[in-house]
Amino acid sequence: MEPLSIEGTAKTPTVKFDAQEGVIEIKGRSIPENSIEFYKPLVEWLEEYSTSPLELTQVNVQLEYFNTSSSKCILDVFKKLEAIHKGKNEVIINWYYEEDDEDMLEAGEDYESIIRVPFKMIEIVE
Amino acid sequence: MSFDVNEYYSKLNGGDVLIAYKGNVSSELISNVLEVVESRMDDYSEDSKIRKKVYNVLVESLQNLYHHIDVLPPSMQKEYDEKFGILVVSRVQSKYKISTGNFVTTDRVDFLKNKIDKINTMSKEELKDMYKFILNHQRLSDKGGGGLGLVDIARKTGNALDYSFHKYDDKYHFFNLDVYIDFEKK
Repeated sequence: MEPLSIEGTAKTPTVKFDAQEGVIEIKGRSIPENSIEFYKPLVEWLEEYSTSPLELTQVNVQLEYFNTSSSKCILDVFKKLEAIHKGKNEVIINWYYEEDDEDMLEAGEDYESIIRVPFKMIEIVE
Repeated sequence: MSFDVNEYYSKLNGGDVLIAYKGNVSSELISNVLEVVESRMDDYSEDSKIRKKVYNVLVESLQNLYHHIDVLPPSMQKEYDEKFGILVVSRVQSKYKISTGNFVTTDRVDFLKNKIDKINTMSKEELKDMYKFILNHQRLSDKGGGGLGLVDIARKTGNALDYSFHKYDDKYHFFNLDVYIDFEKK
């Protein structure tokens, strides 16, 4: 399966999805006016990946900012991961936040309470 | 006397203003505003926690405008585009103030009032629950709006949403929303 690689912009994050390594990465800013368009290929990629996932999928989410339009799309991404986890393959979501960013930590905890996948909250200390 | 948007804008645009804008709210405009405000906060050497809050709340405020402005009184259409809005970001008495304004049809006024009044009565915990409920149960609109903007703003600022409606004519009202972010963490 081909990896998915998207270069980040001022309003959209850098994306690296690698099926061989089982590593899913979303980094940067996610603040587009309409996020559905941006996240569609991500959700589709995961849909395909979920048909034959690795035993362990590691997810790294390191966002500086994300808007409420993105928050729903990120939930869609996590729901795909939840389906993989339900299928008896291990998934871990590493949620990164900067040390003073309580809002970002809380956002991670919101997802953790909705999605049945183990989360690891990782503080980035500068 | 009917509401004068230019006069209203001049009144807002005073004091320690980081940016003031009146006109068409496009995706490019939003990018430019964010860039300007980010660099202005760098000039102030603003604390990163405050900087992030202001940035986040500004994104939601601008995109709220972007998604919801679709009416303009005919008498203003000669001068302005349909996506007409105003924005002023300023510093007032140890707070950042983000003011946005746009026209709404009169039949929307009660709906908006009720929605904001309800948000303003909610505790931090209730806002969190409401946010999670909408996040998990409501679909995004075709335009990409999710109905989460105001709840998110209230949650992140910890302050009540300050609003006013000004009658323009029988069909239209001007909707002004002021959002405050404290310098000191709550």
